[in-house]
Amino acid sequence: MRLQLTLEICHLYPDLMNLYGDRGNVIALWRRCIWRGIEARVTGVSLSSSSDLSQFDILFLGGGQDREQKAICYDFARVKAPQIRKAVEDGTPFLAICGGYQLLGEYYQTGSGEKLPGLGIMDLYTVAGRKRLIGNVVAQSDLAGSGPARLVGFENHSGKTYLGRGVKPLARVLSGYGNNGEDGLEGAVYKNAVGTYLHGALLPKNPWLADWLISQALKRKYGRAEIAPLDDTLELMAQESAARRAAKR
Amino acid sequence: MRLVNWLRFLVALWLGKLAGFASRTLGRGGSSLPGKLCLLVDSGSLKRLSGQLKHGSVLVTGTNGKTTTSRVMEDIFRAAGRYVIHNRSGANLLGGVTSTFVDAASLFGRVEADIGLLETDEASIPRVAQEVNPAALVVTNFFRDQLDRFGELAHTVELVRSGLPSVRPGGILVLNADDPLAVSLGRAIPPHINVVYFGLDPNVCSSNEELSPSDAFVCPSCGGGLEYTHRFYSHLGIYRCLSCGFSRPQPDFRLTAMESEGMSGSTLEVVGPEVHPFTLRTALPGLYNAYNVLAGVAAAWSLGVCEEEIRYGVQNSVPSFGRMERVSVGDKWLNIALVKNPTGFNAVLETVASGDGSEGLMLCINDNYADGTDVSWLWDVNFEILAAVRGAKPIVTSGIRAADMAVRLKYAGVDPSRIKVEPDLEKALDMALSWVETGGGLVALPTYTAMLQLREVLRRRGLVRHFRED
Ligand SMILES: [Zn+2]
Repeated sequence: MRLQLTLEICHLYPDLMNLYGDRGNVIALWRRCIWRGIEARVTGVSLSSSSDLSQFDILFLGGGQDREQKAICYDFARVKAPQIRKAVEDGTPFLAICGGYQLLGEYYQTGSGEKLPGLGIMDLYTVAGRKRLIGNVVAQSDLAGSGPARLVGFENHSGKTYLGRGVKPLARVLSGYGNNGEDGLEGAVYKNAVGTYLHGALLPKNPWLADWLISQALKRKYGRAEIAPLDDTLELMAQESAARRAAKR
Repeated sequence: MRLVNWLRFLVALWLGKLAGFASRTLGRGGSSLPGKLCLLVDSGSLKRLSGQLKHGSVLVTGTNGKTTTSRVMEDIFRAAGRYVIHNRSGANLLGGVTSTFVDAASLFGRVEADIGLLETDEASIPRVAQEVNPAALVVTNFFRDQLDRFGELAHTVELVRSGLPSVRPGGILVLNADDPLAVSLGRAIPPHINVVYFGLDPNVCSSNEELSPSDAFVCPSCGGGLEYTHRFYSHLGIYRCLSCGFSRPQPDFRLTAMESEGMSGSTLEVVGPEVHPFTLRTALPGLYNAYNVLAGVAAAWSLGVCEEEIRYGVQNSVPSFGRMERVSVGDKWLNIALVKNPTGFNAVLETVASGDGSEGLMLCINDNYADGTDVSWLWDVNFEILAAVRGAKPIVTSGIRAADMAVRLKYAGVDPSRIKVEPDLEKALDMALSWVETGGGLVALPTYTAMLQLREVLRRRGLVRHFRED
């Protein structure tokens, strides 16, 4: 009998950290599982929830406005962060976008020089910048290990993020600003955790990254990473149009 | 000295009028150039022009519905026999507002109108309010709209708040009671202003959204969580904060009943202070337009218009181009509704989906500056509703980001074989119309610049008039 594969997807703070169409990333993970006959379930875990995060196979955290980021602060630091840290160390695939990405680092330094501590899951830090970095981005990533893959998205951040030695960059920027607009790097990878400034939503336009997260989750849970290919004609068309817009900036 | 000022004002006005004449001759409508030039020469010209209005100005602002709300108010004031000037073209920044006055003024700078209805961009409220000292400020709602331009929503609310001290003594602030962000404006207001709230009764409707774009589930007063006992759509509803007691105020003007007739409009029942329930028939479809009508009614009533005139005005209010206007195309019809953010898009989709599914659908997404350059908001729109209710008719996606729209539909569960991608708007229009039966209709939902392009296509085919100031 064939084994029914099942993946549990966790959307952290779907009601508060949901800027820039972030839920599109969760929809993409979910659909791409379903289309392959993998049973997938999405659970939203927010402020009042006492869910045990170790039961999930993929974690997702989006960005929020300042006000909302403040609202989750306490719950995040006291309740969720230790569990997330444990899950990431344990190899659970994790995707964090924009504000969520910044939270993964050591600290966020405000304009007045104050250092707000982050989770310290990833060896990186963020410094408030004067200028907002906005626009379409094209980057190139070696994450999937099958040659350079194109990554497109939209960035909108004023924080500038710098990577330490403990992480690898997710991609090299071909067009746009990326982490800080200076070193040509975009995003960060630690174990199976990925942080990035790119939204758009990111995963539907970059199906290879969605599939990488899914296959890492399957490898961790079932010891097998192969997944069936899907027809990505529309997705690649959208990727192409995003790349064309980025070329114009 | 005074003569010098007067002459400067006249030169400013004439320069503005000349620019207006030139741009009209060149066939460009809705320009803000005349106003900009006029202000450049005489920065006090808007104050001088608007100061002559007999009943002063009404500023209408908010994320969604400011155009429709000011149109409804215009029709009500006309029905009440008042002479209204209105920046109808959507030129809603300082320059555009000034252009409206430049155009309305006589050669010697006289403005004969009774009342100025000024649809004003949220970010322009502080400046415009300072110049015109409005008699009323109407706030429809605050939603996420083109974040890449405005920054954060809380900042937008603060911009509008900073315009409040400029409201003239005894003036009114008309607020959506169902929107916690709008209501936060009514807290700690300057003592010379009266606040009027409008809102829906809980029995009018309830939201069936599961995943919805949340803009303000955080208490605007203390940052705690807001609890809703009722949600109408998105963050509009009946709410209270468990930590600080911030809660939805009892509305002065209530929508007590609504009977929807799909795309052809609705019948509304409204109750106001010392007003018996009265029934209004409107051609503006959907719940979001019920809010626009209610806002217009609350403002007009508070400014002294009577029930009969309100009813007559609302009845005569028809959708304008891009706001569900209906255009005949041969033996078929075309409905065009502008989409610019998730909440507005959801509201329109719900109206479309409540029909019998016989209409065609075309979604036109551009990402130019005026549309918002970030298309990620498409992922906050509930396109899932289309996968569930519509029949086998193809859905055409068009515009610069046609492919993004197609991907969104695919992930919403729409069968990919039903999704047709045609970036060229004119070709897309013909393709979509070809699938519509004789006598049937096509609903086109374009972003702002896609709407202008679509309008241009229709104009070339002689189906709509030249792009004028309406
Ligand atoms: Zn509160």
